[in-house]
Amino acid sequence: MHFFLEPGFFSNAPVRTALLLGAVVAAVSAVVGVITVVRSQSFAGHALTDVATAGGSGAYYLGVGALWGFLGGSLAGAGAMELIGVQRVRRRDLATGIVLGAATGLSALFLYLDTTVKATTGATQQILFGSIFSVSSSTIPYVAIFGGLVVLMMAIMRRPLLLTSLSSEIASSQGVRVRMVGVLFMFCLAVSVGLSSIAIGSILSTALLIGPAATALRVARSIAAATFLAIGLGIISTWLGILLAYDSFYWDPSSQGLPVSFFIVAICFVFYVFSGIALSRRRAQETRRPVATDSALSAEGR
Amino acid sequence: MSIDGKGTPPVLEVDGVSVSFGSRNILHNVSFELRAGEFTGLIGSNGVGKTTLLRVILGLQPISTGSVRVLGAPLSKRSRALGYVPQKVLLDPDVPMRARDLVALGLDAHKFGFSRRSATEREKVEEILVAVDAESFADARIGSLSGGEQQRVLIAHALISSPKLLLLDEPLANLDPGSVQEVVALLHRVAKDHGVSILLSAHEMNALLPVMDRIVYVSNGRVASGTTDEVVRSDVLSELYGHHVDVIQLHGRIFVVAEPGTSAEDVPEHPRYQVD
Repeated sequence: MHFFLEPGFFSNAPVRTALLLGAVVAAVSAVVGVITVVRSQSFAGHALTDVATAGGSGAYYLGVGALWGFLGGSLAGAGAMELIGVQRVRRRDLATGIVLGAATGLSALFLYLDTTVKATTGATQQILFGSIFSVSSSTIPYVAIFGGLVVLMMAIMRRPLLLTSLSSEIASSQGVRVRMVGVLFMFCLAVSVGLSSIAIGSILSTALLIGPAATALRVARSIAAATFLAIGLGIISTWLGILLAYDSFYWDPSSQGLPVSFFIVAICFVFYVFSGIALSRRRAQETRRPVATDSALSAEGR
Repeated sequence: MSIDGKGTPPVLEVDGVSVSFGSRNILHNVSFELRAGEFTGLIGSNGVGKTTLLRVILGLQPISTGSVRVLGAPLSKRSRALGYVPQKVLLDPDVPMRARDLVALGLDAHKFGFSRRSATEREKVEEILVAVDAESFADARIGSLSGGEQQRVLIAHALISSPKLLLLDEPLANLDPGSVQEVVALLHRVAKDHGVSILLSAHEMNALLPVMDRIVYVSNGRVASGTTDEVVRSDVLSELYGHHVDVIQLHGRIFVVAEPGTSAEDVPEHPRYQVD
């Protein structure tokens, strides 16, 4: 056990902060991520991480807290995408691409200013790839409040959101306010990206948003089950990543330890690969009768 | 508002409706009525404005002139009197959504909130799944179902809120002949059992002939409506198409044939497709 759970893991204050922050962020990302995958808005989610990067690096330059930079950036990005027309499927890629391009340019400017004018060499690493061990414990209440708000909103609008995601035509004929639901979801997505940027860096926050959700959707029997599974997978990936990163300080006495974000993302990826194996096994077992006009998942798939 | 013999207003009144996209007229002065419990076919070839007309009735498509009344009341977007099964719903096999989950959303997807579904509501989902013969695949992912099975689930979703009028946009397109018969028979039964009026769009009318009470025939953005015998006649359809067409009955099936030399592009029952 000594080599796995190195001494002082739980008594270390930054580690405790990281475990708490990581769990909140992973849970929020999972809840939002499942719907993001169902709505095929992964690309929009990723574009928001680029805008969050611009916000985070700008905040660094101005000396404002990084959380506010990340949140402000991704919310502004979501607003811009909404105005250009992310709610229309055909214009969605365009809106996303334009905002992504503009934001990445801003990030280039701010990161340059951070490293040259401000001479903070760690800025680039910290904004892009995160540093969960250096997050101040005073950030936790804010993360909890915003995270709680997002989870609450997602729970309240889960049914309109789900039907809208499956077919906006059916939803609007049933009286669902499709546009409003879309805007509220973009808000949740933006906040979720802003929060996970703090934990594992803006660029990598897509991994925590999409990875556990995609894994869970592959194996779960319902959207609700997928959501709970994604929360579990997200928290396990984050905690295991934190543990391994902490351990890595001891692997080589001369080293500084390896980045925690790398471990979290790697574990998410491993889960996804294993879910592919589980899925192909289940498809093989599925005993659905053959149907002449059927699609991919029918019994012929074995 | 017109009143039928029993004093109840028609389920649907479409009166002088026109729709144009820019300078293009999609629908021109369209008027017809649907009565309670009737099965009506909305017949016309692709691109004549059938989907636009259905969207008008749903309140999803703004109209330039005219009016639409449902159960005697002006159109409201939030009306629960209408059920709708759109064309080409893309149901992804990678989404873990069971048939019963989608059907249940028909009850409450328009509501925000935490409420759990009551035992009565879950029973209702069961009942409607049985009514459309979907109980055997109620727990399968909808994306993994065949076209005919998906249609039945979508019909159940639209029916569960007990609408007075069910609108279906080309539900028979892309189904194999066996599934076409099944879905038509199912809709006929549902209309009788639940007292629902049905307006079903199709580019081929023969599968509907045994069950259709009335027909609304669309061409060039205009319609002719009435019983099949009143509408599917050479003089009525020639007037509608703006050139001469013949109506030929053969083995209980009807073919609308354009004269040689005229443009037959908008004739739905072109003989080429019918000889089998």
